Amino acid sequence: MNIIVCIKQVPDTTNVRIDPETNTLVRSGVQSIVNPFDMYAIEEAVRLKEKFGGAVTVITMGPPQAEDALREAISLGADEAVLISDRAFAGSDTWATSYTLSRAILKIGKFDVVICGKQAIDGDTAQVGPGIAAFLDIPQITFVKKIEDVKDSSMRAERMTEEGYDIIEAPLPCLITVVKEINEPRLPSLKGKMRAKKIEIKKLEAKDLDADPDLLGLKGSPTKVVKIFTPPPRKGGQILEGEAKDISAKLVELLKGEICL
Amino acid sequence: MSIKIITEKCVGCKLCVKTCPFGAIEVVDKKAVINLDKCTLCGACIESCKFDAIVLTKLSPTDIQFPKKLDEHKDIWVFCEQKKGIVQSVAYELLGRGRELADMLGVDLCGILLGENIKEEAHKVIHRGADKVYAVDSSALRHYQDEPYSKVLIQLIKEFKPEIVLCGATSIGRSLISRVAIGVHAGLTADCTGLDIDKKERLLLQTRPAFGGNIMATIICPNHRPQMSTVRHKVMKEAAEDKHRKGKIIERSYGGDIYSSRTRLLDVVEEIEETVNLTEANVIVSGGRGMQSPENFKLIEDLAKALGGAVGASRAAVDSGWKTYSHQVGQTGKTVCPKIYIACGISGQIQHLVGMQSSEIIVAINKDPHAPIFSVATYGIVGDLFEVVPELTRRFKEVLKR
Amino acid sequence: MDYLLTEEQIMIRDLARQIAQEKVKPVAARYDAEGIFPWDIIKIMAASDLCGIYIEEKYGGTGGGTMDLVLATEELSKACGGISLAFAATALGTFPIILFGTEEQKQKYLPDIAKGKKLAAFALTEAGAGSDAGAISTTAEKKGDYYVLNGTKQWITNGGEAEVYTVVASTNRSKGARGAAAFILEKGMKGFEFGKKEDKMGIRASATRELVFTDCKVPKENLLAKEGMGFIVAMKTFDQSRPGVAAQAVGIAQGALDLTVAYMKERKQFGKSISSFQGLQFMLADMATEIEASRALVYACARMLDSGNTKVSKDSAMAKLFASDVAMRVTTDCVQLFGGYGYMRDYPIEKYMRDAKITQIYEGTNQVQRGIIANQLIKESAAA
Repeated sequence: MNIIVCIKQVPDTTNVRIDPETNTLVRSGVQSIVNPFDMYAIEEAVRLKEKFGGAVTVITMGPPQAEDALREAISLGADEAVLISDRAFAGSDTWATSYTLSRAILKIGKFDVVICGKQAIDGDTAQVGPGIAAFLDIPQITFVKKIEDVKDSSMRAERMTEEGYDIIEAPLPCLITVVKEINEPRLPSLKGKMRAKKIEIKKLEAKDLDADPDLLGLKGSPTKVVKIFTPPPRKGGQILEGEAKDISAKLVELLKGEICL
Repeated sequence: MSIKIITEKCVGCKLCVKTCPFGAIEVVDKKAVINLDKCTLCGACIESCKFDAIVLTKLSPTDIQFPKKLDEHKDIWVFCEQKKGIVQSVAYELLGRGRELADMLGVDLCGILLGENIKEEAHKVIHRGADKVYAVDSSALRHYQDEPYSKVLIQLIKEFKPEIVLCGATSIGRSLISRVAIGVHAGLTADCTGLDIDKKERLLLQTRPAFGGNIMATIICPNHRPQMSTVRHKVMKEAAEDKHRKGKIIERSYGGDIYSSRTRLLDVVEEIEETVNLTEANVIVSGGRGMQSPENFKLIEDLAKALGGAVGASRAAVDSGWKTYSHQVGQTGKTVCPKIYIACGISGQIQHLVGMQSSEIIVAINKDPHAPIFSVATYGIVGDLFEVVPELTRRFKEVLKR
Repeated sequence: MDYLLTEEQIMIRDLARQIAQEKVKPVAARYDAEGIFPWDIIKIMAASDLCGIYIEEKYGGTGGGTMDLVLATEELSKACGGISLAFAATALGTFPIILFGTEEQKQKYLPDIAKGKKLAAFALTEAGAGSDAGAISTTAEKKGDYYVLNGTKQWITNGGEAEVYTVVASTNRSKGARGAAAFILEKGMKGFEFGKKEDKMGIRASATRELVFTDCKVPKENLLAKEGMGFIVAMKTFDQSRPGVAAQAVGIAQGALDLTVAYMKERKQFGKSISSFQGLQFMLADMATEIEASRALVYACARMLDSGNTKVSKDSAMAKLFASDVAMRVTTDCVQLFGGYGYMRDYPIEKYMRDAKITQIYEGTNQVQRGIIANQLIKESAAA
């Protein structure tokens, strides 16, 4: 199987905090990591390769330092890595990103499945996976929590829903996005780490993709950010008073919708 | 749009360097320098600069010449997600806000309903504030599938040209709208917590969190239509129901292979999940000194079980030996960020708050009305936890059928 | 401190650290309480290619040496000295084969050990032969193409879990220490049974059992080196493995210290963190310095061994002696610094003290180590 995994290098947002004095985002000391959901994507890809043979190519669109994320993926078992990097891509929103990645995938060649993590923890949109599928005009299965079976020309997977899951069969090639329930990512191996150190990362720039330059980067992004601000610090909400029976009834009403996903 | 440092104003204080989420700023010879390769023009540095030395030449809407065809787009659409033939409440929430936005713009609010035998539900959508409902009824649309739904929605959008499309950020909504946005070359903003209108420019102002909720961004889609947004369940208030409200139901049906799907839905399985891992849990019920004894922690455990959540404890409880260290939430314990955090008998000292204050919803139950926890609680209950907690457990069990 | 590690050594250390933090730490307390053998950790280490870091590439290892073994053992021991032992004791059981094995023996046994498929154990100690190793009474009688083993080995780490055992038995009791030989045995051989699992004070995730040989027939091809070489095999093996035990001790001490410093910053008494009290700060400084010193000894010894120097007895004895004594001192003080919480099993620190003790006892008690060091000193002085 030829598997392509799309990953993103992100700041470790679980450690990003607001400086209470300046009320701004403090980034110092925050590491760059492989987007956690992408770790599950890499693991699933490597497992598919181990089971069915083939190769895993990991790709990322980002600045030059995103190479570190690619090397980490190699240490976890990916075979090839491609860095898609160019100033022309700066400022891309999810539309332009999906477009760019889809052009890169077409350049890389034939594939059976594209695997993406559900969402990136900096943007938190979960849009790029389906976006790539749309641009490549291939079927998609989102929020995959388990791949049940893969045959020559199709894949059957469990797609997580609010109530449980759907079982979906998709013809190959297709794109899937994965959730954390799908597997337990392995740790890197020593041989993997040594390979990651030595491997040559292929690079693709804007000129290498058969892409319409008007559709790249900030220019190609339909959405624009007009403002960034820090949310006001958390304030107290409402106080519920009264008999235990009444307040609990009220609270249950307020919360019951939140308890599912 | 681009960004630059006004060197005359820059004092080299490095505040922007620390703030930049992408590490794109350096101070060289006492002046800030932005590395455009790394800069994503997010604007966080501008906020942080005390000397107004950084400017983003913003895309002022007045700079944009709207291509004529944008004017052809009118009306606000709400995609009404249905499951088993019933419109989901997230749609009613969007209709609520949608109505307000439509009134601001002076346009119609339209519901979009895809499914089988959904005419009855279409009426309900009207009752909730829609002026029109575009309904596509087909057995092929009974259950959601990515391709038929996206093809139909794309077709509807191309035909009827809405200016704004809103959709619930559910597992269906997110998969569907991301694909549709590509098909109609529209800008899509996910998980909006705020929607507003810039009346002068007829633009939808979409506000959403980023960086795990640590910052907020306001986004516009100036040159493409429709402007699309997804909104999470429970963020907006449901529209009130007016059974006398009248509107138009426009039925569409299509031929060809618009309903075809390369994927096949083989089965729909329902199951209930248990989350017990503290750092991964969606719901955490925590006990503090107010629990008074280790035996009383059973109340916490029962409530957690009823909610499918995990059990946490304050340091006081752990120090008292009522729960082991692995349950400790706070500065010296674990930092958690669940959807719901219920703090029982916890006073809310800063060391505890630091470990849980980014929870989406905080419920505090404490008999001391001055307990600091109430300053961060979404819902605060001043009362006796020994009465309230078992009541909550009983009721949640009923409502959630656990 | 910059230990001037090579790139590959840094990779090994970082990988072992990641496994220790992410995989060992979460289960350490439970495996200790319930005496669970860490097969799952071995599997993870195998998947990360760590099981063969001291074994040559041609046998499936990564071609490193004692320094790599030391780095990995130290990192794992920071999280749990008992769990790390499954790995470190395998090295002890494997060294006889590496040092004295024939090509056939190496080809037969090393690949599976390198891949983490099999564990190994070394068996010398008996009820009547601890420090007095020469007093072993397990016999190996040559009968045609076999040696028949009879006797009982005591307190064998990895006993019952390992597949491969290097056992020292007496082929000629009249010759005493010169009448012993080392053999490779496999679990499942007829006449090779295990005693009950010992209930230990510490390193409880490690399995310690008796090995019982009743007319156990061992093929003559499994003899290591020659008859009469048994104790040479044992001594050379210990020279090689002492840095491993020492590394375990360094790891235990460091792990305990790290936990203690973090705790002291949080614990407030008299209105401040106890880490601000000078008397306690002095204790921390002394502990940190001693650990660093023991680490330096261990690393120097490991590097010496890797350079091919075989005259290491005194130095490796010093490393083992010092590191284990430091570990005991440090962990005892760490329990003290935790105060009452230090004594409670709910808190992780008392385990470190229980685990540290064995490092002063096994692989040659610290008294035996002192004897080795003194004898060597005297020998060297006589030569001068």
